[in-house]
Amino acid sequence: MSMIEAINDALDVMMARDCAVIVMGEDVGYFGGVFRATAGLQKKYGKTRVFDTPISECGIIGVAVGMGAYGLRPVPEIQFADYIYPGLDQLVSEAARLRYRSAGEFTAPMTVRTPFGGGIFGGQTHSQSPEALFTHVAGLKTVVPSTPYDAKGLLIAAIEDNDPVIFFEPKRLYNGPFNGHYDEPAIPWARHPDSLVPAGHYRVPLGQARIVRAGEAVTVLAYGTMVHVAREVAERQGIDAEVIDLRTLVPLDITTIEASVNKTGKCLIVHEATRTGGFGAELSALVQERCFHALEAPIERVTGFDTPYPHSLEWAYFPGPVRIGEAFARLIAA
Amino acid sequence: MTNGNLPRLSLHVPEPPYRPGAQVDFATLKVPPAGMQPRPDETCSAVDTHPLCLDMVRVLGEDHRAHGPWDPGLDAATLIRMLRLMALTRAFDARMVRAQRQGKTSFYMKSTGEEATAVATAMALAEDDMVFPSYRQQGLFIARGYPLVEMVNQIFSNRADKLKGRQLPIMYSAREQSIFSISGNLATQYPQAVGWAMASAIKGDSRIASAFLGEGSSAEGDFHSALTFAAVYNAPVVFNLVNNQWAISSFSGFAGGERTTFAARAIGYGIAGLRIDGNDPLAVFAAVRWAADRARANAGPTLIEHFTYRAEGHSTSDDPGQYRSAAEGTQWPLGDPIDRLMRHLIAIGAWDAGRQAAMDAEVDAQVRAAVRAAEANGTLGHGLHHPFRTMFEDVFETLPWHLVEQSRQAIHERHVKWPEWSDDADVGEGR
Repeated sequence: MSMIEAINDALDVMMARDCAVIVMGEDVGYFGGVFRATAGLQKKYGKTRVFDTPISECGIIGVAVGMGAYGLRPVPEIQFADYIYPGLDQLVSEAARLRYRSAGEFTAPMTVRTPFGGGIFGGQTHSQSPEALFTHVAGLKTVVPSTPYDAKGLLIAAIEDNDPVIFFEPKRLYNGPFNGHYDEPAIPWARHPDSLVPAGHYRVPLGQARIVRAGEAVTVLAYGTMVHVAREVAERQGIDAEVIDLRTLVPLDITTIEASVNKTGKCLIVHEATRTGGFGAELSALVQERCFHALEAPIERVTGFDTPYPHSLEWAYFPGPVRIGEAFARLIAA
Repeated sequence: MTNGNLPRLSLHVPEPPYRPGAQVDFATLKVPPAGMQPRPDETCSAVDTHPLCLDMVRVLGEDHRAHGPWDPGLDAATLIRMLRLMALTRAFDARMVRAQRQGKTSFYMKSTGEEATAVATAMALAEDDMVFPSYRQQGLFIARGYPLVEMVNQIFSNRADKLKGRQLPIMYSAREQSIFSISGNLATQYPQAVGWAMASAIKGDSRIASAFLGEGSSAEGDFHSALTFAAVYNAPVVFNLVNNQWAISSFSGFAGGERTTFAARAIGYGIAGLRIDGNDPLAVFAAVRWAADRARANAGPTLIEHFTYRAEGHSTSDDPGQYRSAAEGTQWPLGDPIDRLMRHLIAIGAWDAGRQAAMDAEVDAQVRAAVRAAEANGTLGHGLHHPFRTMFEDVFETLPWHLVEQSRQAIHERHVKWPEWSDDADVGEGR
């Protein structure tokens, strides 16, 4: 399966298992979503369980909070993560804090799915990676899959989770893994081992990272598209890197991170999002605090630049093989 | 700047009519006689309610009797119950402001003059209809039987506070009474109420939702989202917009009230709208019952503008003498809701001054008893009523590692900062 098919399958599985699961968002109903993630679901489950919404992110999230209070398990879609901001008040002030402020009387068991990340010539408003805005919010869980297998298992786990989850889908990975070499032919998921997706229900637990590639020389902390890019660079440069796909940013799998950095003594953090205040800063601080005595070199962060995401200069902006490769070289030389 | 022959543009910045010290003249405020407004069938087309969005539904007349088709025909016992609940709300408010001044809590907000909008609404809805209040509907909690002592415990953030001292005073949560947790962020409850109502419709339930906000908050984007979604999905929801003329220091003109009524906004969304005398408890009851019946019949949502007046300051942190004429409140042409209902009961021979005095004494005693009971659980004071670990609970369903670590740090600090309270090792006993 491709990642899109895996996401569609996860929604299908959960809608069949639990009649409280509701899918809604802009163009998700009859049309099946602009990325086809909800294709066929309305036909299968009916218009009261899968439906189109007005173009109002504030409304979509706000309504989902109310549905959760009733006892449903809504899975709203925000068409692009770049457009989640009108719904931010409802996410930050309401969904994230409802359990806390009501001492558990009301909860927001919702999963906000939203395509994110660049590498598709999406320009400023179809490429952003706003995960750090959400990891900063107490009460929200933040998930980013990087493979079809994980996408399905993590989405099922997110929907079953009783806390609000922001589920970022790297749209560059929807149809195939992306290794950062934009000038090479695209690879479909069919040839990738992680595209083998079991039928039916399975869960990839939130809060557990995955060691994508074991290694001894340097630890790479990445998520989403950058997992594939960083791994490719390590392999082409022949670096014995341990690549960790975080999968969940909150809650974070600190145990796996610590074990790896304590072993390698070096750490490279890679994300597409802008650098300043990005989630990489939190990761860097955690590694510094918890693995200080094991560190043999300064922690490196390879990220997007602190600019809005450009259109024509996409491949100059994207933290691709050159930027990652030079960071690897510095770490290895240190 | 080039002007050519064109006139210079000018910016209109609204100004309330009566600043401090000004003479007040409400002659321009159109208050139609009671009983003159038609009452369409609950299942009418939304367009049929549009004249009522510009009018004002009133039942109680100058003669203190009920008039016209909106008279809900409530029996005397129900009216007395309504009067009592409003009086209890007012007594509660008065006592809580005193408690705030005495330092027993940090903050309070009264609803003086607006008791009918909450109490009569609660009585007109079914008990299990879900209500999404703003912060000025304490009468709703009182009318639904949420214990006064629980309210005071929350206001004092004491060891019996169900919300564990996490929330600012008056931000109650009462799931058992079908009242949603109150948020400090304005208008967010509006789309949430629509979502709850949509969920009820999705499940084929018969319960409806009702939401409150003030006219000031209706300028928030959530108001627009809520009305759009409600209209699109024909959601079974009753929107209450309490137009008390003031959003802290800003008069209703800053929410768009100079050009048209707030009820008239319903017109643009294609939903039913009613503008009612919010100080007329019978009109409030009748309008909400009408809208609730409409929603229950799958005939769609309604926006009700409760036209009233915020008789006191915005909160205990506010001094309205700084921005509006003190005479406004005393000369408000729609009077006082409690006084009007009392006079109505006297006019129909169901009440008298003696019973009123006895009731006033009873509700005051009831409030005092609740405050005493709550005070036994502590007042805000040092604030350390709850084990420190509770600060970390309910952020998520279970504590992730980082909250476990931070919880340990907080408990450690308890021993360092407050050694006299460390003997219980934060095992859960309040003080």
